[in-house]
Amino acid sequence: MSTVDFLAPRTWEEALAAKAERRDALPIAGGTDVMVELNFDRRRPAALLDLTRIGELAEWGSDGSVLRIGAGVSYRRLIEELGGRLPGLAMAARTVGSAQIRNRGTVGGNLGSASPAGDAHPPLLAAAATVQVASVRGTRRVPVAEFFTGPKRSVLAPDELIEAILVPPAAGPQQFAKVGTRNAMVIAVCSFAISLDRERQAVGTGIGSAAPTPVRALAAEQLLAAARWDRPLPEPTVEKFGELVAAAASPIDDVRATAAYRRRALAVLARRTLRWAWEELR
Amino acid sequence: MKQLLQTRVTGGVGDSAARPDGALKVRGEFAFASDLWADRMLWGATLRSPHPHARILGIDITEALRVPGVHAVLTHEDVPGSKRYGLEIADQPVLAIDEVRYAGEPVAIVAADHPETARRAAARIAVSYQVLPPVTEAEDGQVLRHVPIRRGDPDATAELVVTGEYEVGMQDQAFLGPEAGLAVPAADGGVDLYLATQWLHADQRQVAACLGLPPALVRLTLAGVGGAFGAREDISMQVHACMLALRTGRPVKMVYGREESFLGHVHRHPAKLRYEHGATRDGRLVYVKARIMLDGGAYASSSAAVVANAATLGIGPYDVPNVVMDAYVAYTNNPPCGAMRGFGAVQACFAYESQMDKLAAAAGLDPVEVRIRNALREGARMPTGQVVDGPAPVAELLRRVQAAPPAPPRSDDPRLLPGGVGNTTHGEGVVRGVGYAIGIKNVCFSEGFDDYATARVRLELISGEPVAFVHTAAAEVGQGLVTVQAQVARTELGVERVVVATADTSVGSAGSSSASRQTYMTGGAVRAACAAVRQRLFARLARDPAGLWLAGGKVVSVDGVVADLAEVLGDDPIEETVEWRHRPTSPLDPHTGQGDAHVQYAFAAHRATVDVDVELGLVRVVEIATAQDVGKAVNPQAVVGQIHGGTAQGLGLAVMEEIQVVDGMVRNPSFTDYLIPTILDVPPMHVEVLELADPHAPYGLRGVGEPPAISSTPAVVAAIRAATGRPLTRVPVRPEHLIG
Ligand SMILES: Cc1cc2nc3c(=O)[nH]c(=O)nc-3n(C[C@H](O)[C@H](O)[C@H](O)COP(=O)(O)OP(=O)(O)OC[C@H]3O[C@@H](n4cnc5c(N)ncnc54)[C@H](O)[C@@H]3O)c2cc1C
Repeated sequence: MSTVDFLAPRTWEEALAAKAERRDALPIAGGTDVMVELNFDRRRPAALLDLTRIGELAEWGSDGSVLRIGAGVSYRRLIEELGGRLPGLAMAARTVGSAQIRNRGTVGGNLGSASPAGDAHPPLLAAAATVQVASVRGTRRVPVAEFFTGPKRSVLAPDELIEAILVPPAAGPQQFAKVGTRNAMVIAVCSFAISLDRERQAVGTGIGSAAPTPVRALAAEQLLAAARWDRPLPEPTVEKFGELVAAAASPIDDVRATAAYRRRALAVLARRTLRWAWEELR
Repeated sequence: MKQLLQTRVTGGVGDSAARPDGALKVRGEFAFASDLWADRMLWGATLRSPHPHARILGIDITEALRVPGVHAVLTHEDVPGSKRYGLEIADQPVLAIDEVRYAGEPVAIVAADHPETARRAAARIAVSYQVLPPVTEAEDGQVLRHVPIRRGDPDATAELVVTGEYEVGMQDQAFLGPEAGLAVPAADGGVDLYLATQWLHADQRQVAACLGLPPALVRLTLAGVGGAFGAREDISMQVHACMLALRTGRPVKMVYGREESFLGHVHRHPAKLRYEHGATRDGRLVYVKARIMLDGGAYASSSAAVVANAATLGIGPYDVPNVVMDAYVAYTNNPPCGAMRGFGAVQACFAYESQMDKLAAAAGLDPVEVRIRNALREGARMPTGQVVDGPAPVAELLRRVQAAPPAPPRSDDPRLLPGGVGNTTHGEGVVRGVGYAIGIKNVCFSEGFDDYATARVRLELISGEPVAFVHTAAAEVGQGLVTVQAQVARTELGVERVVVATADTSVGSAGSSSASRQTYMTGGAVRAACAAVRQRLFARLARDPAGLWLAGGKVVSVDGVVADLAEVLGDDPIEETVEWRHRPTSPLDPHTGQGDAHVQYAFAAHRATVDVDVELGLVRVVEIATAQDVGKAVNPQAVVGQIHGGTAQGLGLAVMEEIQVVDGMVRNPSFTDYLIPTILDVPPMHVEVLELADPHAPYGLRGVGEPPAISSTPAVVAAIRAATGRPLTRVPVRPEHLIG
């Protein structure tokens, strides 16, 4: 019988040192992805690197003009403590799993898994968040849009850990909607996040579960940036927005849905969330 | 006067007596079969075929045996007795012999001192396969059974004709406690097997045959069962664990993981159904022609009985003078299918109820009205020629669900709209629909099967107080049977204290906890055993036993107390064992399908109200009203529980539950993608329970477990059709069926 080394650093420095020494160690935060992988025998790590004893990882605060969310902050705390300042992310967090999963699961873990269906990703994309990653070599900041490199793949180097997520507080209405084939506890068939910046008249978007990675709908964002923000949106613009969002996706057929359905549903989600957000502008 | 003295005993028949396992289960303290433990215990693991169809060219176990901690690696060559088993036809190999016929078929087994070691060793068994093309369509498969039914004029014609083709996907029982058991080798050369099952004696018969042992040396005891729904009728790990225990001389435990469980038990038969209904202009049925094709998968399991149900119940609870029905089940290389709650009646009900809605539309009638016009009544004949000789309140049940209070108006809370917590609509695109359906189910085993249940009852004084001991082999699978047995004994013997022994094979067979039969059968057997005990007790009194009864620990008559039970019992307990049978049934004529094949018919009706987001194709079932005749509610709370649960399971089939099989491979063997309804998917239910006694059944009761799982599926789909106008000929309905 082979055994798994269990590394339990108490400080961030220890964690980085451990990861540098044991690149084969699999970080574990809430464990809601890791334990499933272990149970299903999809992964047999030589070592687990437990991050739950590092207090600062589970803290949030401000970093200049942005909010800094430690990688170990749970969905539940996001909803309860940051729902007002990051409504889009909180809305997405409310759709994650069940109460038990929201108590344990973290945004850092969601990024670490880098699933195209991770529900935190679309609102982070829409809010132009940045991921702060660290190693003994130093710290770097990666825009969320550049963080994902493929399904379940990211820019994270083998010796790196996710330290925090930096998110500008909402500067206007934010919305998130997720389609699943049951009314709760479901992996996204597709999802969409929108974030409006009232002052700059800028729009952010994020599409989940409809491409190899979470993606933005850039053309759709540009369409709205060019619109008149002081009045209701003309219906053709809303329609066009939906089409551009659908066009930004590159979905596939799988057990959860067909590609064609995902595209159609995305257009609907995009139109609806845009109308809700626009309504809030006034 | 007599009535007065028979005042109901607390916790007797008709009371919602509390179940002994309730609090334990809620607190997480109930011991399931997966919690079994023995000193020096080894763990078993199973190597399964990765191919739906292949020839086995060789199996090399050398590397597996080398893994430290491994105690045995066995293949079909090590099966001591019969190499094959089966509920009806012994066609399923204990371990694959030269060929695998479905992906997931057991090929070899391993015992090791740790479950992980066993799994790793299993992975080192080298099997060389020559992959063969699989048969994945029932139409291309070898027919296992064809059940024709002919009634009246096969060439009858009608003014209104509606036709339809329907499809039902593969549903899984999705019980929460996976297959598990512990086999302990015994000094006498036999084996003691503790396990979760539905029918101890059917397991005993098959396990003993495969081990080459007399049944007396294969003793089975029921361990905690975490749900069954038909999935535990067939053998899974039973023979394997015993083989490993006998080979190693150590206790061996086997527990399937969740993914393995999806491969380790039979599923509901996927079906393709073609119907033609002919009716008069005012919607009275003249004829029904139907062809049903069930996919039986790789082995027979209970397919032959399932297809007979599909055929005999396949036109529904309607009075139809002319019927041409052909139901088939065929072998394929898909996962084996067998028993699941509703057992053949479910697939047919989706089709015939869809047809009734089509007929209503064609005749310009309300869907409930067209059903009532054709409703089966007591005294009517089924297509098999069998007279329905008990209450058949089909029209009454339909009227009741129609008259139930309407569903609440659309909610303002987005979580209660289609899409639920996904926040997909604030009301946009949401359309409401209402649909109705009614179903019919047989209760107990059919077609001349010698169906019986055994009960042993002992009345004894314990510290001066009379106590009834009840012992049967009937499986408590969560339905509340232990409670029911105690209730029957309290009512029949007038004692408060009843001890229900753990079910095992030291008492005769109880038959299966399936076919909605166990309260009827084991309830009937316990009642008969109590009557036998009572008779012996009364014989001890020096008087005519006529008019005597037991109540409150006393022997009573119309004149009052005759004797104290304690005195009559003294130091001399009374024990009786009774084998109890329902009235006999007969086989179906193989050409015409005529015959009194069923014991009892049961009926339930549903009205579903749904909100559908017609732009996203998402559904929320808002409310379900249901009415069911249960003859006698032996435990009213348990009855309502069965109705809630069955309705939810039918809802699952309507909108989400499907094992997706592509080219013979299961694509979603886990709860990540095999979705079952959550609390946000199951709506509040309005339940009406009728108690129209069946004169042939104990207490007049009617089996309750299956009927609610039958008509909720077509009712939900009818409601979605009403909301969307889409034809929806396949369940589960998926979002892409509703848009695009
Ligand atoms: C029943 C159930 C329902 C679920 N429902 C949803 C859902 O609705 N939506 C959804 O998006 N997800 C869902 N998930 C998946 C999971 O809960 C989320 O992805 C969650 O965010 C993972 O967080 P965690 O802290 O549990 O991560 P873990 O399981 O601990 O880790 C996940 C991955 O991230 C890595 N990791 C964790 N922390 C770090 C770090 N600081 N630095 C580098 N790598 C790190 C780990 O090595 C691992 O690869 C569900 C899971 C379950 C079991």
